[in-house]
Amino acid sequence: MREVDQITHHIPRLRRYAQALMSNAVAADDLVQDALERAVSKFSLWRRDSDLRAWLFTIMHNVYVNQGLATSRRQHMMVEAPDVDAPTVPAAQEHSMAIRDMNRALTQLPDEFREVVLLVGLEKMRYEEVAQVLDIPKGTVMSRLSRGREKLRQLMAGESKGTSSSDEPAFRVVK
Amino acid sequence: MSTNSNPIEEKDLHAYVDGQLDAQRREEVEEWLASNPEDAQRAKDYQQQNQAMHALFDPVLTEPVSKTLSESVSEVLVSNSEQQSVQGLSNKIPLLRFAAMIGFMFFGGIIGYAIRDLAPVTDTAHSMASMPRQATIAHLVYTPEVLHPVEVTAEQETHLSKWLSKRLGTDLHVPHLSPLGFSLMGGRLLPGEDGPAAQFMYENAQGKRLTLYVTSVEENANETAFQYDQQNDVSVFYWVDGPLGYVLSGEIDKQGLLEAAKEVYRMINL
Repeated sequence: MREVDQITHHIPRLRRYAQALMSNAVAADDLVQDALERAVSKFSLWRRDSDLRAWLFTIMHNVYVNQGLATSRRQHMMVEAPDVDAPTVPAAQEHSMAIRDMNRALTQLPDEFREVVLLVGLEKMRYEEVAQVLDIPKGTVMSRLSRGREKLRQLMAGESKGTSSSDEPAFRVVK
Repeated sequence: MSTNSNPIEEKDLHAYVDGQLDAQRREEVEEWLASNPEDAQRAKDYQQQNQAMHALFDPVLTEPVSKTLSESVSEVLVSNSEQQSVQGLSNKIPLLRFAAMIGFMFFGGIIGYAIRDLAPVTDTAHSMASMPRQATIAHLVYTPEVLHPVEVTAEQETHLSKWLSKRLGTDLHVPHLSPLGFSLMGGRLLPGEDGPAAQFMYENAQGKRLTLYVTSVEENANETAFQYDQQNDVSVFYWVDGPLGYVLSGEIDKQGLLEAAKEVYRMINL
């Protein structure tokens, strides 16, 4: 019975990661549901001495990839109306602006970078665990993390300078 | 990363940001950052990225849906006689049905899984054979549905039976249970353990729902008499007839369910 508590313990984290990945709450919960369905049906394959969180995230990553959600998410973003010019905000809201910028920057980050950046930054996974979950070598995790963070930095710097609308359309985050 | 005299590399900078360095290496990185303002700024930016992500998405962690989820799992755990209330809740919260599923799996399934590879599956109080277990999970998942209990409704019965016959690779007749007060709502396709499975759902005037789960069984599987099992409040009768296995599930008394199972059997063999 303790395993039940363990699984439910991870559901909020699976949801958090899915929402960061999909930028669409409904689609994110669908992803979590699909992943849990799969986890339950495959539960006999879980090695009891291994890390349950990593196992659950691996399953969700596979569902994400297999269902082509990475691609469809992007297409979904593309057909959404482009964002209107950023409104001017009082200085007190600067902090929330930075957060909003992050949200937008994340949606523009290529998928392979976003997964690594989120698993490390949000989920606080060790690099070895990320390598295991995404089934890639640790060296690839490190290079994607490095490039992903740098890309995020550029995207956010671009946002705050207001240059994003000039060459590439900025996409509204679909909530 | 543990070699101390190594020069500071890109990966060290990230491991520093993510708190994945041992104390000594961390000190070395800090020392190095103190004299390299550009990288120090980078480290600071990356840390802020992490913070912004948490600020953005941590609220998801405490959303009420998750709280109710975990509460209801314990509910399934502590009481196997309150299926009704769990199902009532899951009407409101779609994700909750997993609570019921997971709770069910662990409550009744663990021992079954554990001994499955060691011993032939036997029908004991502790373990349920695979087919009825799958069926019971499907029953728990779909009967609480208000909006989409079935994929194809009874209005399209011809299509339903053609479609599922095709997917199961055998001629499938949809049995009717109206003589017993249960009308056909429709059905859906499900993933079974060994291929596709079909689920038909029935409802009576009081809103009680029965499901009939049908799946292909191995060739030469022995035909069996009705067998009875129960998990939580869900009673099932299951049997193998020709190429197909059948499981009738419902939260009704054993005698009532047996009558329904007999009717299903009769209809199928007409």
